[in-house]
Amino acid sequence: MLQLEQVSKNFGGLPALSEVSFRVPQGQIVALIGPNGAGKTTLINCITGVLPTTSGRINFRGQPIEALQTHQIARFGISRTFQNLKLFPRLTVLDNVLTGLTCEGGDSMLMAMLRFPSLRHRERQLKLRALEALDRFGLANKANWPAAVLAYGDRKRVELARATVGRPDLVLLDEPVAGLNAEETAEVAEQLKRLRSAGHTLLLVEHDMDLVMTVADRVVVLDSGRCIAVGSPDEVRCNPLVLRAYLGQMEATT
Amino acid sequence: MSSQDLLQFVFSGLTSGSIYALIAIGFCVVNNTMGIVNFVQVDFITLGGMLMFSALFALGIPLAPGLLLAVAGVALVAMLVERFGLRPCRSENHLVLIFLTVGLSIILRGLIKLIWGKNRMALPPLTPDEPIRIFGASVLPQALWILLLTLCAIVLLTWFFYRTPLGLAMRAVASNPTAAAVVGIPAGRVRLTSYAIAGALGGLAGVLITPITTLNYDVGVLLGLKGFAAAILGGFGSFPGAILGGVGLGLLESLSAGYLSSAYKDVVAFVVLLAVLFVRPKGLLGK
Repeated sequence: MLQLEQVSKNFGGLPALSEVSFRVPQGQIVALIGPNGAGKTTLINCITGVLPTTSGRINFRGQPIEALQTHQIARFGISRTFQNLKLFPRLTVLDNVLTGLTCEGGDSMLMAMLRFPSLRHRERQLKLRALEALDRFGLANKANWPAAVLAYGDRKRVELARATVGRPDLVLLDEPVAGLNAEETAEVAEQLKRLRSAGHTLLLVEHDMDLVMTVADRVVVLDSGRCIAVGSPDEVRCNPLVLRAYLGQMEATT
Repeated sequence: MSSQDLLQFVFSGLTSGSIYALIAIGFCVVNNTMGIVNFVQVDFITLGGMLMFSALFALGIPLAPGLLLAVAGVALVAMLVERFGLRPCRSENHLVLIFLTVGLSIILRGLIKLIWGKNRMALPPLTPDEPIRIFGASVLPQALWILLLTLCAIVLLTWFFYRTPLGLAMRAVASNPTAAAVVGIPAGRVRLTSYAIAGALGGLAGVLITPITTLNYDVGVLLGLKGFAAAILGGFGSFPGAILGGVGLGLLESLSAGYLSSAYKDVVAFVVLLAVLFVRPKGLLGK
């Protein structure tokens, strides 16, 4: 579904990503792991067009997307969350989730201004879907709260709801359980599995190895901007290169 | 000085304050979606008056449709300014963009001068100029129109921002541009809309105020400066702040003109503006 070929990204001559290539097959959860500074978030930013790539190709469903703007990529059916949460703090929880349905509103400005009854009907439908999504994440009773006043865990839920409400084909999740307790982490793991069985494809950046090993179908390992291993969780776990770069280091510190 | 005089000053302050508020909101709309000060706002005011003048006297259109046409015309010009004046600029640097608006403002003013000339013109008020007495103060009907239509514009804007998908998209961009792009909100359309709104508000201000002042090619400059000051006073970017700042500045001007001297009205208003900014650098309702 998503295919990266030799994607490189330099920041003022410093390589953050060097010729990264891998595939994200449809309907799978692919985990992207690697030590801090390996380029995981940079890669997500390149895929979503938040950062331009320096070279390389990114294909989504066979179409090149590396030269598109962020909002155009979103319209292809790619959504994402952010490591350091990017909600709309002054908008209500419901409005935050409603923005996740932007791509389905797609009307001209004039149409939106004239407010045809059919349009209003569709707006009500979208609102219902946003409310359903809030319900799925246990946020229904906070729909009218401003997002800024929510607790951290709830804000992560809102972002996840916003990223998935539009039923995107591919969801990129940047550290969905960072800062969450064990109970909340388990809940997110369940949500991820549910998303996969609903037909979504997920690319997951995560430091929590337990989560990666339980939910991921494939693991891609980055180290210093290079892709050093791709395989099933078990294969990656036994790969000596990976052990040296990442897992061993983790075990040494924990 | 009697309480009647006070009421008289308050009315006149509210009138000019409403105009400042309309202009200030125009500045805020563009600032919130693009992060820049749009100096073309100044000429949207003039253009509103000019288009109204042409609609009435060149095309012979009645007042009410003429007003709508003038406001829509300015909105259209504003969209053209954004689409062909600012969009082609590839720079992300805000200083570059702001200076570009200064240049576009000069170009637009030049065009207005070319089309309508340098003469002072007079626009008729919306209803005949018989002062109405309200609690002993005499008020021009045009002042009441200004208050009423400003209120309508604010209600309409609030509805637009809080009840329509495009309004939601605009609030999202103002709140976090990156996140807005990631959910698929096209920045271009939002910018175009913000210019259309800024143009409509500036145009409305121009149509409403020029029957009281006069109309010439640079009438918008001083008014625009006051509107900008009002936006700063209220906290640049905040809509309630823009309204508070506009009305506050209008009242300050008229009260100081009434109780001190009309020669000092700008001085007093701007001294207070500076004093407020010393204490609250982000303006009254700024974040």
